[in-house]
Amino acid sequence: MIAEAGHYALVLALALALIQSFVPVIGARLRDPALMNVARSTALAQLLFVGASFIALVTLHVNSDFSVANVYENSHSMKPLIYKITGVWGNHEGSMLLWVSILALFGGLVAAFGNNLPLSLRAHVLAVQAWIASAFYLFILITSNPFLRIVNPPIEGRDLNPVLQDIGLAVHPPMLYLGYVGFSISFSFAIAALIEGRIDAAWARWVRPWTLVAWIFLTLGIAMGSYWAYYELGWGGWWFWDPVENASLMPWLAGTALLHSALVMEKRNALKVWTILLSILTFSLSLLGTFLVRSGVITSVHAFANDPTRGVFILLILCLFIGGSLSLFAGRATSLKQGGLFAPISREGALVLNNLLLTVACAVVLFGTLYPLAMEVLADFKMSVGAPFYNLSFVPLFVLLLLAVPFGPMLAWKRGDLLGVTQRLLAAGVAGLVVIALVWAWTRGGSALAPLAIGLGVFVIAGAVTDMVERTGLFRLPFTTTLHRARGLPRSAWGTAFAHAGLGVAMIGIVCETTWNSEYIATMKPNDVAQVAGYDLKLDGLLERQGPNYREMIAQFNVSRGGEPLSVMTPSKRNFTTRGSSTTEAALLTRGASQLYISLGDVTPEGAIAVRIYHKPLVLLIWWGPVLMAFGGVLSLSDRRLRVGAPKPARARQRLQPAE
Amino acid sequence: MTRKQRRMTIIGGSLGVLALAAALVLNALRDSIVFFSTPTMVAEKHVQPGKRFRLGGLVQPGSLQRGDNLAVTFEVADGGAKLPVAYKGILPDLFREGQGVVAEGALDGNGVFKADTVLAKHDETYMPKDVADALKKQGHWKDDYGAKDSNKNSDGMKPAATTAQGNSQGAVR
Repeated sequence: MIAEAGHYALVLALALALIQSFVPVIGARLRDPALMNVARSTALAQLLFVGASFIALVTLHVNSDFSVANVYENSHSMKPLIYKITGVWGNHEGSMLLWVSILALFGGLVAAFGNNLPLSLRAHVLAVQAWIASAFYLFILITSNPFLRIVNPPIEGRDLNPVLQDIGLAVHPPMLYLGYVGFSISFSFAIAALIEGRIDAAWARWVRPWTLVAWIFLTLGIAMGSYWAYYELGWGGWWFWDPVENASLMPWLAGTALLHSALVMEKRNALKVWTILLSILTFSLSLLGTFLVRSGVITSVHAFANDPTRGVFILLILCLFIGGSLSLFAGRATSLKQGGLFAPISREGALVLNNLLLTVACAVVLFGTLYPLAMEVLADFKMSVGAPFYNLSFVPLFVLLLLAVPFGPMLAWKRGDLLGVTQRLLAAGVAGLVVIALVWAWTRGGSALAPLAIGLGVFVIAGAVTDMVERTGLFRLPFTTTLHRARGLPRSAWGTAFAHAGLGVAMIGIVCETTWNSEYIATMKPNDVAQVAGYDLKLDGLLERQGPNYREMIAQFNVSRGGEPLSVMTPSKRNFTTRGSSTTEAALLTRGASQLYISLGDVTPEGAIAVRIYHKPLVLLIWWGPVLMAFGGVLSLSDRRLRVGAPKPARARQRLQPAE
Repeated sequence: MTRKQRRMTIIGGSLGVLALAAALVLNALRDSIVFFSTPTMVAEKHVQPGKRFRLGGLVQPGSLQRGDNLAVTFEVADGGAKLPVAYKGILPDLFREGQGVVAEGALDGNGVFKADTVLAKHDETYMPKDVADALKKQGHWKDDYGAKDSNKNSDGMKPAATTAQGNSQGAVR
């Protein structure tokens, strides 16, 4: 009953999306407000029905209704409740339903809070949203219906893949999808602008907060996924340059570029055509990511379902939207007037450089992701493009970008003074050089690259601090004035500083982890002691335990440093009987930003166990960096200027007049 | 500066960055690509010792031998040929005799494949896609490899995949 209701709700949502696809566009043609307003009500109703459909699937999973194929294949009655819920999107059908639910959520938000948008723009935006939604509803209903019943219902389910039974899965895919799908809004705005043939600074002001929201979620989603891989896969790697990871990194790179170019457009009314193109490209990359992940065309750590009909269907959606939007762009872009002159050395110039480097870096990742696929199809041989490729191509571009980052926010609009900015950044540069010298001396001439890279990270952070010190007049003016100024600064200025500093923080973490990571692999018997990076880890013993749907073997380690006991670490190996597979649960001990990491291997016949112990210096900075970036994004989002068009309708409406 | 000059500066800068990126990519492609081979392909092509590649196939049943201090040797077979593999470290959770495996490394002077990374990545058919494709192409594919897969659509979101690294730098070299 619930399954049928969920299915029916999804069909109704499709019907609503089809109405929303056409009626508002006709309304805009006829300048009929009533028809244009249909977009708003259908978008909200669509959200309601998809939401109901999603809740139906969650209910089926929670109730362990094994007469539904999707539940039978991915659930088990003994599974803890939290994984029954998160298992809903731990499979192809459910995750696609989550995808369209989030799409409908964003459409609903625009409908509910977009009261200050011109009526025809809102109608067009929601219609474009509905085009995307219709395509994906059809995809789900035709190829991936999660509500299919089994004729002879089994008694017990096949359980969720053990690797996915982790709290990381509760958070990572929804976050990622909020990011991916969130970019559909800027896409819809871009298409709407092209259809209307009109674009102005106000347009950028409406688009920026939505892009920012998507970007924040995507940043956190990628960081979350990376940390999850780090502790769940058991060998301490946090980024694999895997096609599925690249699929999320590419929209992030393009989205970051979009955030910056929208800024130029909003402030200076320049780079219009480019911003439109970036909006289209960013969401196209999100769609491409969905295709890569969902169609199973890639061999990857995250290999997916391999039903070709699905792949072809998503490929059609992909071609339709990317091809259609780019053709529209090619036809209409020339009609958009360029404006806002600026010298090459200026804030705009710096942002253009940022955009150049980000999009080119994105293109490099795209090339590395698709090249092996293309060679396999065209030349019929297999190969893999891994970290060495990206280290030689992506990393140098990003280093250039990081070198430029501190200069950007300090340059003036229109015409900047590079020499003056360099002088003001002198302190930051000196800080970077001092750190390079210190690290160099401390490591006594090891690899030269690591100290240089750390110095660069410090330079980026110090640059962000310098900018804030200058703007608040710290050390120059009385402290109370500084405080007053700090409060008076736009929140987006603080956001910029935090986000840029986050880049430097992540950079330092990445360099420290990859350079000074120490590892110990051996078989250990009880009472053996392993020495890693100054820590003594004594294996106390092994014990067995029964979990809810698995058996686990726990190894207990006593960690001490210089004879002083610190903590107990308990890595384990879980054996899931239903699927007959096992997972390794690593144990982590955090010391400052560094971590000790233990994961277990097999038990030998003599009763010893293979262990892998890592000391990862400053590894947590890798994820604190993105958290700082996301925090900067949130600060920016709370900037009063951006509340126009952001989900704060009451206040936004009042501010619309003075802002224009 | 006129508008035209400014535009030319920007276009020139863009071309510069693009040229730089193209140069970097071409340089990176020259020596960081890793090809995939099966034991038969290795035997046919006479791969040079020291040239890195990915070896894929089935772990020959009965060939796994554990030595001291986590050293292991096993044979990878694809129905046509066999290749001995030496590895030091912890094998991934999903490593099993008779199942698919992908190892990365290079041949030594004696024709032994020294692996520094062993991947046992698979869906529930316990068969890496690379290996399955290669076996199918060579006509050694048996349907019972897929027998455990009672339903094609049931893959998890991220099917179990584990990696063993012979050294800590294996992934980031």
